[in-house]
Amino acid sequence: MLSRVAESIYWMSRYVERAENVARFIAVNLNLSMDLASEGHQQWLPLVTTTGDDKLFYELYDAPTKRNVLEFLTFDRNNPNSILSALIDARENARSIREVISAEMWEHLNNFYLMVKDVGRAGGVSEEQLVFYEQIRASGQHFIGITDATMTHGEGWHFGQCGRFMERADKTSRILDVKYYILLPSPQHVGTPFDELQWSALLRSASAFEMYRQRYGRINPANIVNFLVLDREFPRAILHCLSRANDSLHAITGSDPESFSNLPEQRLGQLRASLAFTSADDIVNRGMHEFVDDMQRRVNAVGLALSNTFFTRHADAA
Amino acid sequence: MQQQTSMERVNGVSEYDVGEFYDEMFAHDASPRENCNLLYKRVIGLTTLDLQRRKLAAERSMVRLGITFNVYGDEEGTERIIPFDILPRIINADEWKWVSDGLKQRIVALNMFIDDVYGDQKILKDGAIPEHVVRSAASFRPQCVGLKPPKGVWCHITGTDLVRDQDGKFYVLEDNLRCPSGVSYVLQNRQLMKQAFPDLFESLSVRPVDDYCGQLLDALNYLAEDRTDTPTVGVLTPGVYNSAYFEHSFLAQQMGVDLVEGRDLVVQDKKVYMRTTKGLAKIDVLYRRIDDDFIDPRVFREDSLLGVPGLIEAYKAGNIALANAPGTGIADDKVIYAYVPDIIKYYLGEDPILPNVPTYVCWDEKQRDHVLNNLHNFVVKPANESGGYGMLIGPRSTREEQAKFADLIKSNPRNYIAQPTLSLSRAPVIIEDHLEGRHVDLRPFIIYGRDVFVLPGGLTRVALKKGSLVVNSSQGGGSKDTWVVEELP
Repeated sequence: MLSRVAESIYWMSRYVERAENVARFIAVNLNLSMDLASEGHQQWLPLVTTTGDDKLFYELYDAPTKRNVLEFLTFDRNNPNSILSALIDARENARSIREVISAEMWEHLNNFYLMVKDVGRAGGVSEEQLVFYEQIRASGQHFIGITDATMTHGEGWHFGQCGRFMERADKTSRILDVKYYILLPSPQHVGTPFDELQWSALLRSASAFEMYRQRYGRINPANIVNFLVLDREFPRAILHCLSRANDSLHAITGSDPESFSNLPEQRLGQLRASLAFTSADDIVNRGMHEFVDDMQRRVNAVGLALSNTFFTRHADAA
Repeated sequence: MQQQTSMERVNGVSEYDVGEFYDEMFAHDASPRENCNLLYKRVIGLTTLDLQRRKLAAERSMVRLGITFNVYGDEEGTERIIPFDILPRIINADEWKWVSDGLKQRIVALNMFIDDVYGDQKILKDGAIPEHVVRSAASFRPQCVGLKPPKGVWCHITGTDLVRDQDGKFYVLEDNLRCPSGVSYVLQNRQLMKQAFPDLFESLSVRPVDDYCGQLLDALNYLAEDRTDTPTVGVLTPGVYNSAYFEHSFLAQQMGVDLVEGRDLVVQDKKVYMRTTKGLAKIDVLYRRIDDDFIDPRVFREDSLLGVPGLIEAYKAGNIALANAPGTGIADDKVIYAYVPDIIKYYLGEDPILPNVPTYVCWDEKQRDHVLNNLHNFVVKPANESGGYGMLIGPRSTREEQAKFADLIKSNPRNYIAQPTLSLSRAPVIIEDHLEGRHVDLRPFIIYGRDVFVLPGGLTRVALKKGSLVVNSSQGGGSKDTWVVEELP
């Protein structure tokens, strides 16, 4: 498979996953803000922090009002991580590899982009905000389903899987970070209904609430960390995401999953192993933020190694 | 009663003005031509609203499917659909046979010509066409002299533009032998038409166009059959910003081959390789959609970033086949075009089946004087432009424009030809709630592989602006599906 094509599939999948994740954060916060409206606890800045774009936000807007944050995260082309920007990038990548992906994938992605763009052109979200963000989430899921059902599960598909799961691992870690750093520092709330509401919201933004209930029942921070970081079966848990990315990486190279044949495999394998042999208590004791910081750094390092190994187009020898 | 009213109103056929022109659907008394009878009856049976609804549905599909072309220099909304009129243009099978025979004859002769020009140059030595006309052509590539393309074919894919004059006769307007565009729209338009008029397809026997990509793949594979049983084929595109990118990607997708850009390829030991995730992989055939100028910076334009350094050397070594071969552009220089009837006679000893539009070449003093004295009657075209740019349309031009063109011609007579303004045929298109006649041309597509294949029909381009003669999509033209109908129902 052409390196350029592999790279485009990888990024197409990442960007769709990103758009969907941003919509998730927003939908959950919209819900939360309705529940908390009477207590004056509306918080919109944490959403910007989640994507790591505070600095850019303050360059473009004066205050983190609901309106500003929604605009910034949804339609703002100056924000490379806005939903619209991610979809434009996803579509541009898809457009350059239309001959490789299925016609249904292209069509769906094209329509997904048109839908968001049209709402933006019509003046942004207003009355039916929740419906809009649910549509985005559903469109993202739909794309995954179509991809799974219509694209040959060969090399290209595996690159797409790598992109999607690396992005998802990164986003789940950011969700956890937000709770610890932004929402938590009001000690008076710990253990209150307010705290529980926030933890539930966090689970919901990872679509993890019902699955968490089945697994652990009561809301408990250590269990939540366990579930979102270390669960092997929950599809948005970091360990699960890294394992799936690892499977695809080995499917691409054909090397033994217990070993490695190149740098990305080595780095990803080490990262997976260190997660597989840690516990929620270790993480909490060490400090959630430090853990997440380290995680993101290492996920990025895997992405970089992947890119250097498969995508760079220097004239390598035959 | 209701039915009656809507039939009357439908598309205001009663007010349809055939005008002074040959109309593709209606005879001069505004009655439908025999082969259009059924179409006419079906369309007339629809309400205006229904017809518009079908048209809108087709256009929405195009947006949804991303069937778009890029507009250069347009930042936001850089992609547009080519406006699509859902009334098909119908051509009889017997008339088509004649057109198709004419096209085959033409492309066979043109290939012999190209081979000769870059080979022994017999036609020049024999003086059948003036040598300086060939030597002075901007599209003549001295770098290609002595090249022997696989199977002796230079131009594998041609899109020849035809027009019908007032008398209803087809003429060749120009040959496009380099990277002719539009076939993807033929194939996509047909899909949309099947959705818009499923019932019509059931009752008319319309010749299918679906096997174009299969034919193209066969022709490309054929070029490498001496070297390998399992050739790797690719379509070479300048990239996503090219106006025809949709087509490049569509053809690669439909043939199931790689779509490659120059930066994906590398030449080593005179062999061409693709950069893949598993290292370099050899490629055997390229359907190139990059112009000669940009295809190999070592041989043509040094500043080109689109091409592949060393590609021509690999080509000369016989390690890669290129369709179309570099150098084919010599045969679509518009001055050479004027000599195609002579070329056909010279190589085949036959009279041309399809006539040229009468053409004056300005390098000839007598012809030039005639052109300069009658500029207001002529269409003047530069020898080496496409897309309808740089033309003078005499009868619609101002005195200043004529004076400007007179200067242009005098300063570079070799670069201009002049043709009488034809009265291009018209076809009805849906304009709001009624039909109006618009000028059309026709671009059939020809593939020269083991045999010569002519796709039945082709792309009918429509000048959507009222009265306009310019059909190019880059200048606001639209398209219609073209049906070669097997027999009268």
